[in-house]
Amino acid sequence: MTEFDWGVIWKYREALWDGMLTSLKLFAIALTGGIFFGTLLAMARLSHWKAVSAPAAGFVNLIRAIPFIMAIFWFYFLTPMIVSKFTGQQGEAVGPFTSAVVAFIMVESAYYSEIVRAGIQSIPRGQPSAAYALGMNYWQSMGHVVLPQAFRNMLPVMLTQAVILFQDTSLVYVVALKDFLGAASKAGQLTGRIVELYLFVAVVFLVICLAASWGVKRLQASLAVTR
Amino acid sequence: MSTPESPRPMIDLRHVSKWYGPFQVLKDCTTKVEKGEVVVVCGPSGSGKSTLIKAVNGLEPFQEGEIVVNGISVGDPKTNLPKLRACIGMVFQNFELFPHMSITDNLTIGQVKVLGRTREQALEKGLKLLDRVGLLSQKDKYPGQLSGGQQQRVAIARALSMDPIAMLFDEPTSALDPEMINEVLDVMVQLAREGMTMMVVTHEMGFARKVAHRVVFMDHGQIVEDCTKDEFFGTARSERAQAFLSKILHH
Repeated sequence: MTEFDWGVIWKYREALWDGMLTSLKLFAIALTGGIFFGTLLAMARLSHWKAVSAPAAGFVNLIRAIPFIMAIFWFYFLTPMIVSKFTGQQGEAVGPFTSAVVAFIMVESAYYSEIVRAGIQSIPRGQPSAAYALGMNYWQSMGHVVLPQAFRNMLPVMLTQAVILFQDTSLVYVVALKDFLGAASKAGQLTGRIVELYLFVAVVFLVICLAASWGVKRLQASLAVTR
Repeated sequence: MSTPESPRPMIDLRHVSKWYGPFQVLKDCTTKVEKGEVVVVCGPSGSGKSTLIKAVNGLEPFQEGEIVVNGISVGDPKTNLPKLRACIGMVFQNFELFPHMSITDNLTIGQVKVLGRTREQALEKGLKLLDRVGLLSQKDKYPGQLSGGQQQRVAIARALSMDPIAMLFDEPTSALDPEMINEVLDVMVQLAREGMTMMVVTHEMGFARKVAHRVVFMDHGQIVEDCTKDEFFGTARSERAQAFLSKILHH
């Protein structure tokens, strides 16, 4: 047990840092895009018009029914094909990062849409009524009255989903995109110090998730609404 | 149809019917509110009063008939409903202040976002109205920090901040503790005396006696009585209305 060599982490710090940056970048884009498109999807799903709600429901159910890793695969192979169809260029038009981003945004927007939908439905009907009675239109009622309250209610669930998303970024190893875990894995294989590196990865994930959870708790306290 | 002697009423409901699936909630309702008139709508719960008043500003769609407010047809799909609603104030049973905004923001948001007033103009107007309902000192609080009666007075001020041409009240005192009812009614009486056009769904017969011009009595989605206040409290004609009155006037 005295054989642990923590020096390898320092030695590979640059590769690990690059991997972490890739993970964080993917996480940030997927989170922002997922919440943005997820909100639009949720609004579409709650629409009175079947022509709007049915496709949204179909998309969400389809995406939620397939394994995440398959979605990543699909977009890795599909996006370049579609792009090359449109641009006429052959071969790898986008590359693993872009296709991973597309896959992540689509999958996350499906997951977030369910959270946002529940959040919107948690707001009493009288609230949008009051907004409409003041002369607001649908977008103003949503933007100023319903969503600000809904997001407050959703924060804990959104955090849970964000934590899962951050952990899921490690799935991009299947398309040979070097994220944090991928970088650690590579370093581990090169040095034979897999245990140290994986322990390190676990600790880093733990610290990040604990910090995020603490941050959201504080945010929630400062946004708390007394009814 | 309208002649100079009898201008179109401010709120004109003609043969309005509404169904929830097979269940008819409004049956051929016809009534009107003239400019400057105060009309009290009463009746047992489930009689369709709230549905009727919400139909007036298009919050509840209806299938048959016509509602014309200030010359604009509410049911017409081409009508710009937000624009119409912006000039009709509405006060709800559960106040419906926006809980995530301060009292000040509640009073200014409609003016700024809908009427396009500057924040300064809106603030001046909002605070003047807040002062009028006696709550200026509460301006930086949040709705949840106020009592029910206070919240409802803020809600009235919020509706007035839009300079409405008519006010709709949907059971404004039903969710209040008894000791808070009067502070809200006082504001409404004052408003009525200033000549505001008002349609008020309420069980407060004292309020009706004091300021109503006409009383509309509803039962099972129908308008059973539509008469002047004196006629209504004198010899309310339908048996149902008499039974209703005798029940609620005892306490």
